[in-house]
Amino acid sequence: MYRYDTYDQTLVDERVTQFRDQMERYLAGRLGEDEFRPLRLQNGLYIQKHAPMLRIAIPYGMLSSRQLRALGAITRRYDRGYGHFSTRQNLQLNWPKLEDVPDILAELAQVQMHAIQTSGNCIRNTTSDQFAGIASDEIEDPRPWCELIRQWSTLHPEFAYLPRKFKIAVTGADADRAAIQVHDIGLRLWRNERNELRVKVLAGGGMGRTPMIGDVVREDLPWQHLLTYLEACVRVYNQFGRRDNKFKARIKILVKALGIEEYRRRVEEEWAHLKDGPQTLTEEAVEAARSHFPEPDRRPVDEQAIIEHERLRQENRNFARFVTNNVTDHRVPGYKAVTLSLKRREHAPGNVTADQMDAIADLADTYSFGEVRVTHEQNVVLSDVPVDQLEALWQELETLGMANPTVGTLNDIICCPGGDYCSLANAVAIPVAQAIQERFEDLDFLYDLGPLDLNISGCMNACGHHHVGHIGILGVDKKGEEYYQVSLGGNATDDASLGKILGPSFYREDVPEVIDKVLQVYVEQRQDEEIFLDTYRRIGIKPFKERVYA
Amino acid sequence: MPDSQLTKARSLIKLGQPEQDTWSLSRVEDGMPTSRPVIVPLKLWFDHASEADVAPWLPSNTELTSELAEQLATAPLVAIDFPAFTDGRGYTLARLLRERYQYRGEIRAIGDVLVDQLFYMSRCGFDALALREDQHLDDALRALGAFSVSYQPAVDINEPLFARRLREA
Repeated sequence: MYRYDTYDQTLVDERVTQFRDQMERYLAGRLGEDEFRPLRLQNGLYIQKHAPMLRIAIPYGMLSSRQLRALGAITRRYDRGYGHFSTRQNLQLNWPKLEDVPDILAELAQVQMHAIQTSGNCIRNTTSDQFAGIASDEIEDPRPWCELIRQWSTLHPEFAYLPRKFKIAVTGADADRAAIQVHDIGLRLWRNERNELRVKVLAGGGMGRTPMIGDVVREDLPWQHLLTYLEACVRVYNQFGRRDNKFKARIKILVKALGIEEYRRRVEEEWAHLKDGPQTLTEEAVEAARSHFPEPDRRPVDEQAIIEHERLRQENRNFARFVTNNVTDHRVPGYKAVTLSLKRREHAPGNVTADQMDAIADLADTYSFGEVRVTHEQNVVLSDVPVDQLEALWQELETLGMANPTVGTLNDIICCPGGDYCSLANAVAIPVAQAIQERFEDLDFLYDLGPLDLNISGCMNACGHHHVGHIGILGVDKKGEEYYQVSLGGNATDDASLGKILGPSFYREDVPEVIDKVLQVYVEQRQDEEIFLDTYRRIGIKPFKERVYA
Repeated sequence: MPDSQLTKARSLIKLGQPEQDTWSLSRVEDGMPTSRPVIVPLKLWFDHASEADVAPWLPSNTELTSELAEQLATAPLVAIDFPAFTDGRGYTLARLLRERYQYRGEIRAIGDVLVDQLFYMSRCGFDALALREDQHLDDALRALGAFSVSYQPAVDINEPLFARRLREA
């Protein structure tokens, strides 16, 4: 994975010094609340309901075991011994002390980490495919490109005070696992018939209170121009995006208001000036970025080991369940990617204790070259596990409570911290997730339902991606009371769609029952191998509505 | 108009050095001040474009066309207004003035500006900022030099870090 050189290290060190100075001036009353606000936000520091929240950047979800241990140590020393993996592949600390944050940032810098631009109206952490570099459907490894974008966007002097936050996602595979259609800018790396690398650029996607699917700005941008083109896209937004109303300030509103043709025209006009400028990428620059993501030193796994793995799978039903649900095929024969489930009733989805962080770091060292990936589904992936080690890894995960064989099922809920932690939330989210997990814990039932994305957000900011859940749940506030709105038919992958609201909202205690009725309709109406989303798309919302509001 | 409506300049950070400012600033659009040198709204400035002691300030929503940039070329200084420090349009305006239109005079940030924004501002081509009464000169100077390394090219550096690394390798 990417390793800092002296330049990167100098920059994060200087950032710590800068923020320490800003914090001191704030605490001494020389920097006002309003003036400190954007400065702390651009270092990931929110003032939350019960305590400050610090969001630590995990660039495109990649962590080393050393970094993970450092995060565990930080949560022990400065917080309550746990953290929360967010849907944007970051890690959030819920209980740091304001005045400790500069020290936390200094400790992060020691392991090549930071919290730069994890909040604020700037370009945020670039997210990507958790199976980057190992997916069998991959056309181009997105990680070097993400790193180039990370560097371009970090402390970008022109784009620190955009109208609103700005999120970029990159995929380089056939199947989009990075939800690029619901990002401010989505990038798809592909190759044309002459095998030349091209970038498809989407703009104006997003969730929040006005969810939208991104439009194509440019189908076939030659890779050399990626950074200059991004600069043009963001510059047009910086100049023309609305600043009078924060709810209409995202780029999606601009793209919608101008129309994609006019937005494209302005971008192309701007780009004409930037094209072939100093930020034009060269073969050497891209090779240098790629050199940070070498193939790990995988030992060959022989045919016999693969056969033996299949035999174990036949023999042990529990192991088989784990393999079916939590293990993903790998580009290299004899290797698999393993998803560790952070979803179990005792914990909020995506929460991970310091002890678990240490344990995951140890497992990564033993089984997967010391690297870990965080997924936008709030799980953790070990990307390079030889099949002859799978069973041993599974045993260890069982002991640690991270072998829940429910990845991709109804139980694998995406959920924001909600009203339990977040000051923006209208309603709690975690207890809803837990109630649903409790009600539907029978594995045979979950497997029978097949792939099902259930996403929960505690407010319309949509951190829990409820718009793109096959089933989405949104906490709403009506006259001070918490209600939940259910939507159906959302999807974050290639044929992305936004969920449609089922009808009037429900009390919290009724939500599991409502979900049960929705599932009944699916089970009764599905044809052959149809998954929930397909049945919904075929029969529409009406039968669900009739059952739920009967 | 009476000169009492003018904001008298205070300490100024120019090219990273403190100095006493001589320019006054008028935000009134319907009357030309008598005081000189003076910074006036862009609209008023056009009629005084030939005077060496009158300079324009641009609102943050200015669309910087090539025609406008050509007119501004002779201005002794161009001020860019920040109606709120969260309004980032001025950064783009400054870069365009410097990089696209090669404006060589002073570009001054006026309005609601934080000393902590000075580093980004200087990278975008601003070279002067009038400090508020409550803003400390030493804080400003420290903020200006917050970073010794940048990833992107801008007005100050014409080479992205990825290219510099290759050159030094």
